[in-house]
Amino acid sequence: MTNFQVPVWGYWMMGLGFAAFIGLLIAYIRKNRGFRRPIFASPYMLWLVIFTVIPCFLVAYFSFTDPQGNFTLDNFKSFWDSNFNARKAMSPEDLALYESMGLSLDDLGLGRDSINIDTLVFSLWMAFLCTVICLLLGYPAAHIMADREFKLGPTLVILFVVPMWMNFLLRTIALMSLLEDNGLINNVLEWIGVGRQKLLNNIAAVQAGMVYNFLPFMVFPIYNVLNKMDYKLSEAAMDLGCDKWHVFYKVTLPLSVPGVVSGITMVFMPAVTTFYISRLLGGGKVQLFGDLIEAKFLSTSLNEWNVGSALSLLMMILILLSLGLLNKVDPEGEGGGMI
Amino acid sequence: MKLLKRVYLGLILFFLYIPIIVLIVQSFNAGKSRAKWEGFSFHWYEELIHDPNIMNALVITLSIAVLAALFSTILGTFAAIGIHAMKRRPQNLMLTLNNIPMTMPDIVTGISLMLLFIFTQVERGFVTMLLAHITFDVPYVILSVMPKLKQMNKHSYEAALDLGATPMYALFHVILPEVMPGVITGAMLAFTLSLDDFTISYFTTNPLVQNLSTLIYSQARKGIKPTMNALSALMFVALLVLLLVVNRRTKEEDA
Repeated sequence: MTNFQVPVWGYWMMGLGFAAFIGLLIAYIRKNRGFRRPIFASPYMLWLVIFTVIPCFLVAYFSFTDPQGNFTLDNFKSFWDSNFNARKAMSPEDLALYESMGLSLDDLGLGRDSINIDTLVFSLWMAFLCTVICLLLGYPAAHIMADREFKLGPTLVILFVVPMWMNFLLRTIALMSLLEDNGLINNVLEWIGVGRQKLLNNIAAVQAGMVYNFLPFMVFPIYNVLNKMDYKLSEAAMDLGCDKWHVFYKVTLPLSVPGVVSGITMVFMPAVTTFYISRLLGGGKVQLFGDLIEAKFLSTSLNEWNVGSALSLLMMILILLSLGLLNKVDPEGEGGGMI
Repeated sequence: MKLLKRVYLGLILFFLYIPIIVLIVQSFNAGKSRAKWEGFSFHWYEELIHDPNIMNALVITLSIAVLAALFSTILGTFAAIGIHAMKRRPQNLMLTLNNIPMTMPDIVTGISLMLLFIFTQVERGFVTMLLAHITFDVPYVILSVMPKLKQMNKHSYEAALDLGATPMYALFHVILPEVMPGVITGAMLAFTLSLDDFTISYFTTNPLVQNLSTLIYSQARKGIKPTMNALSALMFVALLVLLLVVNRRTKEEDA
C-alpha cells in the first residue's frame, strides 16, 4: 500500500482548476468573435491529460519511488534480482541473528533470484517463436489470397479480419475447451487409438494459443500490401524472362516488406504482453512477462506496485522502440489499417 | 498447385475457426460431458438466464457499453471537429496523444489507469471501469469521424458563418449532418470495443463488479463449465454480427 494521501487542499485545487478551465472555456465561446472550432477539442484535451498523460507519468513516478514515496532506483535493481527489496527490508540485527544460526540468505529464500529477467527473456523467446510461426504460416496465406486470379480472396480476407477484433479471451477459452483432457481433440485421439494426451498446461499449448490469437494480425497487413501492389510489375518481370520464383523473391517479396514489418510488430507486441493466454493455457505453470506484471499488481500477497510499475515502464520502452522501428520502415502505415 | 493453395487456405481458416465452432456446438449439448453428444438442447442457455452472477455481469457489461459509447461519441465527435480545424502542430500533437491508448498494449493502459485510481484513491468499480472504457473508445470514434471531416467541403462551414449562422448553429446544422455516418460508425465501434474488452476492465474494476469478460476469466481459471460455453457462444455471435455491420459501414463509407 502506498502511504500517499491526496491532501484535502489537493482536492480543492483540482476542483478549482477544473472550474477555472470550464469558466475559461465558456468565456471564450461567449466572446463570439474569438470563437474557433479547435475549442471543441478542449474537453477531450482535458480528458487526454487526465486519463492518458498523467497515468503514463504515474507509471514512471511509481517506478522511481519506494512504497513510502521516496526516490529510489531499487525497483529496477529488482529487475535483475527479484529479492532485492525483500532483502533490503530486513534489519541488520535480523540478518546477524540468522547468520549466527548458520542460515544463509539462500536458506531464507532471499538469495539472488533472477526470475524477472528470466521471465522477460523467456517471454521474448516465446513472442519471437510466435512471430516466426505466424510469418511462415501467414505469408503464404496472404499471398494466395492476394492473387488476382483467386476471386474468392477479398471475401476470405474478412474471415481473417473479424478475429482481429474478437475478444482474445473468448477465443483463448474456445481453444482451451478444445485442448482439454476430455475435449474434442483428445476424443479424436482416443478414437483413432493414440490415446489421451496431456495437451493443456504446457509451453506448447501457450504457443499454440498465441499463434491462434495473433495469426490474423500477420496475414492482414501482408495481404493489404500485396493487394495494393502493382501487378504489372510482376508481369513485366515475367516478360523480361524471370521465372515464377525469381519474380517472387526479386519483386514481390521486397515490395511486401512494409506489410511484413507491420505484421511482425502487430504480432510481436501483443505476444510479449499477453497474460491470460499463458494463464489459461499454461495453467499457471508457464509464466510470461505479462503474468509477472499482473501478479505484481493484483496478487493480494504481493502488492508490489512499484516494482510492477518499473516492469511496465520497461515494457512501454520496448513497445515504443518497436513502434519507432515500424515507423522507419513503413512511414505511410501501408501495412496497417485496422478493419 | 491451385488445389494445394486452396487446401492450405482451408487448413488455416479451419485452425482459426474450429475452436469457436466446436464451442458453439458444445453449448447445445444436452449432457454435461464434452466427450459425448447427448442430444440438442437449450439447457445451458436456460441455466444462464437463471444464474444471478451472469445476469448481473450482463447488465453491467451492457450499461457500461451503452454509456461508454454515448460519452465517447460525444467527446470524440467534438474532439475530431476541433482537431480537424487545428493548425498543423497542435493537430499533430493531439493525434499523437490520441494514438497512445490505441498503440499501447492493453495491459499497460490498464495498469496506468489502475495507478491513476490508486493514486487519487478512487475506489475501483463501475465508475472507474466506465472512465477507462471511455478513454480507450474515444480514439476510435475520432478515427471514424476524421475521414468524414476530411471529405467535407472545407468552405461550407465558413459559408454558413458568412450567411449569418452562429458557430454553434453552423456546427449543428452544417458540420454534424455531414459527418453523421462517421459518428454512427464510431458509436457502434465504441460499443463493440467496450463489449469486447477484457484486459482494461480487469485492471480497473474490483472483483465484486464484474463484466462478462472478467467473469468468464475468473470462472475459466477454475476450468470451463458448460454454462460458460453457452455464454461465450452468445458473446461470439453478438460480436460477430456487430463487427460485420461496422466493417460493412466502413467499407461503404470509403467507397
